[in-house]
Amino acid sequence: MRGLSLPAATLLALCGLAGPARAQESQTPPLVHQHWSFDGILGTFDNAAAQRGFMVYQQVCSACHSMKQMYYRNLTGIGLNDDEIKAIAGSVQVPGPLDENGAPTERPGLPSDHFKSPFANDTAARAANGGALPPDQSVLEKAREGGADYIFAVLTGYSDAPAGMKMQQGMNYNRFFPGNQIAMPQPLHGNDVTYTDGTPSSLDQEAHDVTTFLAFAANPELNGRHQMGVKVVLFLAFLTGLTYAVKRKIWADVH
Amino acid sequence: MADTVTVPPVGHVTEAPRRDLLKLVTVASAAIGAGAIAWPLIDSMNPSQDVLALSATEVDLTPIAEGSGITVLWRGKPIFVRHRTPEEIKSAEDVPLNQLIEPQPDSQRVKPGHTQWIIVIGICTHLGCVPLGNKPTDPRGEWGGWFCPCHGSQYDTSGRVRHGPAPLNLNLPPYAFETDTKIKIG
Amino acid sequence: MAGLHKSDFPNPVINWIDTRLPVFTLMQKEYGTFPTPKNFNYFWNFGALAVVALMIMIVTGIFLAMNYTPNVTMAFDSVERIMRDVNYGWLIRYVHMNGASMFFIVVYIHIFRGLYYGSYKAPRELLWMIGVVLLLLMMATAFMGYVLPWGQMSYWGATVITNLFSAVPAVGPGIVTWLWGGFSVDNPTLNRFFSLHYLLPFVIVGVLFLHVAALHITGSNNPLGIEVKSPQDTLPFHPYYTVKDSVGVCVFLLIWAALVFFYPNYLGHVDNYTPANPLATPADVVPEWYFLPFYAILRSVPNKLGGVSMMFGSILVLFVLPWLDTSPVRSCRFRPIYRQLIWVLVVDVLLLGTVGAHPPEGIWVVIGRVCTSYYFLHFLVVLPFLGKLERPLPLPESISRPVIPRGGGPLPGAAPAKPMGKP
Repeated sequence: MRGLSLPAATLLALCGLAGPARAQESQTPPLVHQHWSFDGILGTFDNAAAQRGFMVYQQVCSACHSMKQMYYRNLTGIGLNDDEIKAIAGSVQVPGPLDENGAPTERPGLPSDHFKSPFANDTAARAANGGALPPDQSVLEKAREGGADYIFAVLTGYSDAPAGMKMQQGMNYNRFFPGNQIAMPQPLHGNDVTYTDGTPSSLDQEAHDVTTFLAFAANPELNGRHQMGVKVVLFLAFLTGLTYAVKRKIWADVH
Repeated sequence: MADTVTVPPVGHVTEAPRRDLLKLVTVASAAIGAGAIAWPLIDSMNPSQDVLALSATEVDLTPIAEGSGITVLWRGKPIFVRHRTPEEIKSAEDVPLNQLIEPQPDSQRVKPGHTQWIIVIGICTHLGCVPLGNKPTDPRGEWGGWFCPCHGSQYDTSGRVRHGPAPLNLNLPPYAFETDTKIKIG
Repeated sequence: MAGLHKSDFPNPVINWIDTRLPVFTLMQKEYGTFPTPKNFNYFWNFGALAVVALMIMIVTGIFLAMNYTPNVTMAFDSVERIMRDVNYGWLIRYVHMNGASMFFIVVYIHIFRGLYYGSYKAPRELLWMIGVVLLLLMMATAFMGYVLPWGQMSYWGATVITNLFSAVPAVGPGIVTWLWGGFSVDNPTLNRFFSLHYLLPFVIVGVLFLHVAALHITGSNNPLGIEVKSPQDTLPFHPYYTVKDSVGVCVFLLIWAALVFFYPNYLGHVDNYTPANPLATPADVVPEWYFLPFYAILRSVPNKLGGVSMMFGSILVLFVLPWLDTSPVRSCRFRPIYRQLIWVLVVDVLLLGTVGAHPPEGIWVVIGRVCTSYYFLHFLVVLPFLGKLERPLPLPESISRPVIPRGGGPLPGAAPAKPMGKP
């Protein structure tokens, strides 16, 4: 049986192979954990940050990235009121009903409309972006290992490629992107938007804000979920205690 | 089977009342918990947020000629929007209420200042058919409103039932005039 | 005619029903006064926990199905709609999603309990084998359920797992095409997986009835592994074990709730939040954690048919476990050597799980092969021989008198249904 000779091989492998096998994986430094308002079991979204982040999304990201699962009405979740949402939705043109000749029409957007996508379809999106498809951002925060920390890291991880690194045509160096070559040019440089609340729009601030907004888009239920979770867990802990007390009583005369 | 039950020792009896209260509280808590679990499941069958968000429809009234009507869809139901002629308005207003199956003055069924527009939910109050009469070629019945082909109910130009078997007038959707030529239903 | 059942329930309505259909008598007999060994520890909670998990999965699944659309163009979006727009949809979906993990945790511990205390031994072989059928049904259900959200892992998991059948000589490719209903995992595949994912849980309920029926014929095993000898050894199931199971259920729900509300995606894979794309395989395709040990076994064998056979074999070997283990003693408490080795098996399976989570390169290949070898070695070699070599500790006389009399025989001599006549 081959199995019997394998323990020895294991030891050999542990000494020898482990090094090289692991080395090629980590070209990206470990993610730095940022402080997020929605962290932890009691976390909630910082609405001001999410609203600023929405501004960054609107003025920068949405030029290339769709957010197909989001409706304008969802923005109530970051504290915008109905009139603000109507104005935001109304500023885009969306496909309307067919006219009497059967020709397509356009109408101003409504809160019940999905976020307007920058491109008609994936093929158009690729064509406009050098063959790379900008991923949909609706659940991006849940679709990447590291979540918010990863998005923040990529947004702030651009720099010139280190000397000797061969970059492919049209690619950009990013410390945190797997493989270090990313098709997306650096999207944020600082001062890309002018915040209405007067917050200075540094690169870190913008990245932090837009990441908060993306986290909200991916987890719109988070605030309510945390709130309900605390109640449910406390209730179940209480019930567990009670049930255990009953169990002790019933079993008292058995042991 | 019963003889396999271990006989509780004597001291057990004195503690019985306290155990019962504890048990009662525990069972009651568990029941509350079970009830709380049921609610999300039940509520998930109520209209969802995307359905509710679509519950308002805007209608442009300019293309509707006097004497004709259009049908629009609101919450999956047909809404009749009819532009009444002065004669139709007059006949609706002049009917003595005691002649009606469900007495209701015309003024309660239209918006003040916009009496030429009658807007009703196009579902017969008998068994849910869609009455005829909104297209110019449709039969409108004896009272010039709508005629239900299923069981012959007839409605007047105010959407009030004038001939059975329908028991009630055509229902009114919630709506408001945004401008003189635009309404928002819902 | 046999006539009416004789019932004497004080409530006239219950009595009326029971004389015609003695369900209350049955419940009373099987869950009320049912004589149950008095020495269960909390490991005996896990059967009840599995039933609770199954019920919660079925109920949440029914409500999810009301809003899910099994179509490749709409499946992903319909799940997102459940998460965003359906009232409490996120709660129902996260309960269901994490429920799969909770169900497997409970069932794996339940299986470990069976292994540790020898619950598979005569006369409970059939009970155990029905349990293995339940495990297989559960795995099939979980696998097909994971395909439904139609994310990247759904798609590629389905592709990899269905491709396993292509290893069957001659008819393999035909079987795979038949499973797919096409030439790749596509809309017909998604439709049939949805249909079967809805069906199989009810099959599980049916087989579960057989599992429980068989249990109530043989009676439960217990931590001492000796048979019940007198009424002093037992307690009525209610209230003693109903309340003890309730404690377990509360703790179980507490852990489940903590996952759902605070870490709902902790056990999932991020790639399943990217819609399925038949043109791009994710960096590494890994199954959900509960399949990782089996996935590791699959990848440990360099030959395709060999790997697939070993993977299925790793579960099928459990069917013959009652005959592989030759020891006459059930409980590990009285098997000094096996008590150590079973932990080696546990570590082995955990290691296999770790291997399954890593790309098959370097050290992981080696560890995977060692662990796979040990897994089969344990069942096929260690168990048959150990039963003959090991000297069990003396068994107690009875459950109610766990004191071991000096010079007492090692066997529970009075245990009636014990065909293993070995010394």
